[in-house]
Amino acid sequence: MPDIDVDAPGTVQLLMGNEAIARGALEGGIGFASAYPGTPSSEILPAIARVAKRMNIYAEWSVNEKVAMEAAAGASFAGIRSLVAMKQNGLNVALDFLATQIQTGGIGKGMVVLVADDPAALSSSGEQDTRIVAKWLDIPLLEPSSAQEAKDMTKFALDLSEELDLPCMVRIVRTVSHTRSNVKLGELPRNEKKARFSDLWDMYKPEMGKYLSEGSVLLRHDFVHQKLAKVPEKFEVSPFNWYVGPDKAELLIITSSCSWPYSLEAVRELKLEDKVGILKLGTTWPLPEKLIEKQLSRTQKVLFVEEIEPFIERSVMELVANLPSGSPHLTFYGKRSGHMKAYGDYDPVLVANVIASIMGVTYQPRDSEYGRKIEELAKVAPSRIMQFCPGCPYRAAFWAIKNALKIDGRDGFVNGDVGCYTIGELSAGYFQSRTKTAMGSGAGVANGLGNLGQFGFDQPVLAMCGDSTFFHATIPALISGIWNNSSFILLIMENGATSMTGFQPHPGTGTNILGEPAKVIDTEALCRSLGARVEICDPFDLKGTTSTLLELMAEGGGAKVVIIRRECELVRARRDKKALYQMRVDTDKCIGEECGCNRVCTRLFQCPGLIWDKEAGKAKIDEIICSGCGVCTDICPQGAIIKEAA
Amino acid sequence: MTVKTLTKEPFNLIVAGVGGQGNVLMSLLIGMALVREGYFIGVSDTYGASQRGGSVASHIRVSKDTQYSCLIPTGHADFILGMEPIETLRMLGQFGNPDVMAIMNPRTVYPPSVITGAAEYPDLDELVETIKKFSAKLWIVNATDEAIKMGNPIFANMILIGALIGTDVLPLDRKSLEAVLRERFSGKTFDDNMVAFDKGMELVRQ
Repeated sequence: MPDIDVDAPGTVQLLMGNEAIARGALEGGIGFASAYPGTPSSEILPAIARVAKRMNIYAEWSVNEKVAMEAAAGASFAGIRSLVAMKQNGLNVALDFLATQIQTGGIGKGMVVLVADDPAALSSSGEQDTRIVAKWLDIPLLEPSSAQEAKDMTKFALDLSEELDLPCMVRIVRTVSHTRSNVKLGELPRNEKKARFSDLWDMYKPEMGKYLSEGSVLLRHDFVHQKLAKVPEKFEVSPFNWYVGPDKAELLIITSSCSWPYSLEAVRELKLEDKVGILKLGTTWPLPEKLIEKQLSRTQKVLFVEEIEPFIERSVMELVANLPSGSPHLTFYGKRSGHMKAYGDYDPVLVANVIASIMGVTYQPRDSEYGRKIEELAKVAPSRIMQFCPGCPYRAAFWAIKNALKIDGRDGFVNGDVGCYTIGELSAGYFQSRTKTAMGSGAGVANGLGNLGQFGFDQPVLAMCGDSTFFHATIPALISGIWNNSSFILLIMENGATSMTGFQPHPGTGTNILGEPAKVIDTEALCRSLGARVEICDPFDLKGTTSTLLELMAEGGGAKVVIIRRECELVRARRDKKALYQMRVDTDKCIGEECGCNRVCTRLFQCPGLIWDKEAGKAKIDEIICSGCGVCTDICPQGAIIKEAA
Repeated sequence: MTVKTLTKEPFNLIVAGVGGQGNVLMSLLIGMALVREGYFIGVSDTYGASQRGGSVASHIRVSKDTQYSCLIPTGHADFILGMEPIETLRMLGQFGNPDVMAIMNPRTVYPPSVITGAAEYPDLDELVETIKKFSAKLWIVNATDEAIKMGNPIFANMILIGALIGTDVLPLDRKSLEAVLRERFSGKTFDDNMVAFDKGMELVRQ
């Protein structure tokens, strides 16, 4: 891909939604961008970082979303436009700051809070509709439906934020942030950026002492309402809202975000363009009330199409309840009526089926006889569940953990966390992770479990985090555990990258987002300074890792740390461009099902590079997939898996 | 010869494979070439969890005048570019119709359930028969085998792109792909990829 600072206004590029946001930030003249990686938002900051030097922008991965939010606000306070990006869970982390900052006197220069939601939680621990936060906090909300709008809205939101002296939220969903589509580029500003902080304190004047959340909070909360009251007149005429369909529609669809193209396609599929109208909204808080009222007066049936929460649906209901005439003529369809599912993501067929049922027509996405037969025949394709990559140190680590817990025999278990090791709760990690919620919560939950001795609790408690997660949210949980003498072992899976989201650097890697050398925060030294017993294990040393875990579990006592240290195989392979070992199975030594090992290699260990040759009845290396880590040599009781120098 | 008009409006292409095979990059290259030709394109990228050995399908939607959503409706695929057999069948099951065409790389990637013995990988000949019967046309392209002959299995992706262009279903030709590749690769890597591309074209035109 060409970089996002192509200075060619009017030309069309194929941009991912996240890259389009980055371009919009450039067109909006930002000088500061910060984030913590989180799918589906992770590509925004790298796109900015690649052009940061040329565009005179400061970009950083912050240690977590709260710091990212605060840092971006700091820049705006000093006169530099800023963008902060995160996924929906990240906003929860950052909310303490944002919710309070809004009730100070203002933000200074334009600041956009970009949140990428993940309907259906394909890359998240849970789904969450961030739009509600914008309404709760009284900040303007924009919802892009395409990469083009992602760019245009980001720029618009920077301008609006600055005009209102209030942060603005752009909320994108996975299917827009991770979809590439056509984007017509705009002008790149070459503005002078000059940072200087200056302010005076006067609790009764919002323009003075404005960055403080003290004294005049009640007054200042009202200022927020006054600021927001200026927005509807702008949104009424916004190019991000439009209506398509007949003058008087039998059915009016009100929709936003990716549900707009789904609705459009569904109506076209059903050939109902002359009966069904669509009001597409891009500015969804505060609502463009007059625009909505106008369309409501021209129909009798209204369908709300929006993923996750009935956000527009409820807001329109509030609006309708306040109309002088009420709405006796209107029937509403949506989540409240049970027509639209209130969880997960949508698609054009789902929307077409609902429209068809309301309009009393039938919908067949394809020949039903063909569909029935091919769906049945396709069932022979076994599904693919998530697994660790070939050569992943986490597979080896979970193998050692499983064996240690089994030998210990007291029904110990792992409190998992968010990262690649999440897969430890599946068969790929031998079902060892038994709890998992939020970033850092493995150690947090272990804090409680490790202090239940007085109730007879005697199971060993392991907690897990990645090296990036350790910095993000685990350190306070570890400190609390050491302070309160909670009995758990924190396993820090140190693989030298934020792998799940795309191998971003973190405070322990020695590089920053630009790829430049940075100070290394030494995880091991930090843990030792807290007074915890710290052990280091190489997970590829299965025996050594197992025995260290056994020893620490037997010792008991307060919180301890095991750093499970081995670089992410994908990062290593990209750099070294060669395997550690050349692997092969000695077919004389492998005695297959006769062995009595229950096919420990393929039935239990489960590496995609180590497969079962059904005809020969023996294990076999898939040489295209095998990464040559050599770990499986140590699991074969016959010594039939041979590793040789690559 | 290039077909300079779309054979269908919109034209819906699925690139089906397994996480890590590289279909995101393949889709990007095809999409970039189509944007240069003036079409509206939607390419869905699948990231995160799907990188770890899951089924990965990229949807590419091509239109003369409309920015479609990134999701192809059930039964609406016009072409399936299958990098792996059961992934090709899986996509046919959900998005197939009697007019769909497909290219399939017969090289298997076993799911974990097959490796452990909990599930069977379907018989390849029967699978091919099913796909043939439920599609308008199927090309079997031994992309991985050919790529290994070239010295690196990674070339399978470019062989498959060459095969796709060789079928003339898209308004693209060798030149349009060459221009996009030149921006991405240089020197021997560029040359090798073009050799792979030509190999793919040759395989569907034999």
